[in-house]
Amino acid sequence: MSGSIIAAVGYAEEWYIQILKSLVLFGLAVQIVPIVLLAERKLLGRFQHRYGPNRVGPFGAAQPLADIIKLATKEPFRPSTSVGFLYAAAPVISLLTALAAFAILPFGDVVTIFGEEVGLYGLDVEIGVLYVFAFGAIAFYGLMLGGWASGSKYSFLGAMRAAAQLISYEVAMGLSLVGVIMMAGTLSLTGIVEAQASMWYAVPQIVGFLIFVIAGFAETNRAPFDLPEADAELVAGYNTEYGGSKFAAYFFAEYVNILVVSGIAVTMFLGGWQLPFVDPPAWVDPFVVLGKIFLFVFLFVWIRATLPRLRYDQLMSFGWKVLLPLATLNALVTAIVVVAV
Amino acid sequence: MLIVQRAPAPGAAGGTYRAFGETLRGLKTTMARLFEGPKTISYPEEKVPVYPRFRGRHRLHRFEDTGLEKCVGCSLCAAACPADCIRVVAAENTPENRVSAGERYAAVYEINLARCIFCGYCEVACPFDAITMGHDYEMSAYNRTDLIFTKEMLLDEPLERTPLRNEGE
Repeated sequence: MSGSIIAAVGYAEEWYIQILKSLVLFGLAVQIVPIVLLAERKLLGRFQHRYGPNRVGPFGAAQPLADIIKLATKEPFRPSTSVGFLYAAAPVISLLTALAAFAILPFGDVVTIFGEEVGLYGLDVEIGVLYVFAFGAIAFYGLMLGGWASGSKYSFLGAMRAAAQLISYEVAMGLSLVGVIMMAGTLSLTGIVEAQASMWYAVPQIVGFLIFVIAGFAETNRAPFDLPEADAELVAGYNTEYGGSKFAAYFFAEYVNILVVSGIAVTMFLGGWQLPFVDPPAWVDPFVVLGKIFLFVFLFVWIRATLPRLRYDQLMSFGWKVLLPLATLNALVTAIVVVAV
Repeated sequence: MLIVQRAPAPGAAGGTYRAFGETLRGLKTTMARLFEGPKTISYPEEKVPVYPRFRGRHRLHRFEDTGLEKCVGCSLCAAACPADCIRVVAAENTPENRVSAGERYAAVYEINLARCIFCGYCEVACPFDAITMGHDYEMSAYNRTDLIFTKEMLLDEPLERTPLRNEGE
């Protein structure tokens, strides 16, 4: 427990390894997002009897690259009613918080690489889950400021919806994790993974798991909870007035958020880098985590292909009247069981 | 006595339970679509075969044995055409210049495909089966004037680019 002003951390390496790790993690996020993007469009196509993008490169593999080039070379544009500084800052906030949350996903335990002890995660903070929620809370500002600073009614409507939705579902999401935290007895994500050596928490905490996944869909603004960017009714919600690389930043942040929610679900409920019955060598661990994350990405796409968007009042009543009581009950029952046994 | 069947009330625990079940059913349905594979026909590479009676671009015909044109320049097709897209200028056949089997032949035969509605009335009106609807449907052009097909273009064998559906397929 090296004492630090910002937060107590578990195992921390030398400063130069920290910098190196942050670069690797950033690179990882930047590399995974196009894969997820392509996988989503391809899968969504297959779900609808289509091929999905298959014109750019072999099997459409270069499609994300083409998208990025297209977005990056667009003319920077700003509506005359927008508030300049905030309009530019909002996507950056979204991107920053998404990547910051990505940094604490544990991809493996501490391993020795070239004689250096390196933890396969950005930072093993003691407050673990709270860190994710803290950055999730700051991420609201990205959406809110973007929607408000655009100076457009559709953007503003989308931003208001986003704020209301994210706040409602964050409560249920946080409560759904309380059970896991009580069972593991720690907030540290690596500690929670290690506590799942004998059994994944998805089994005893099945209710919490389901609530977390549902709330996760709402947190990442994904179908069927994609009201903030409902294309049919709000044009595109908070990012209506955004184009070019600013839009790309929002888009990128959204997909990193999907990875973060998937990663947290894998860490908290599906045993992180642990596999049942087999104990692979340490270098396999990151691939195990990535594989599980991609299972979640598949689930995200599957749900998107299946469910229609909820009405706004349905969304709110589902969050407050179903998810929240269930999550509270789950936390309560877990507390009683943990204390009694 | 009238018994009114009501749908179950939405909301509450029962509604949530039913919604959950229906969600799973929906997921099963979409997953089945995934395994069926794409139904897309990648158009420029693959083409849907047309039926034998498909009304595509017109063709003019010659007699196979003599090589003379079947069209005698009677302009019945032009008269039948509701879109008024056929232009026929007839000329007399002479012993030195015999083009068709009849007394006269079409010196000019133009179809403006930009106006044609592919109704097939010209085919019906023709007393000699000189004009028929072919199978070609790829007729886009960069210029409107390129869509005016002349007699030579209509008489030529079309490029083999439309697959034909066989009987019973």
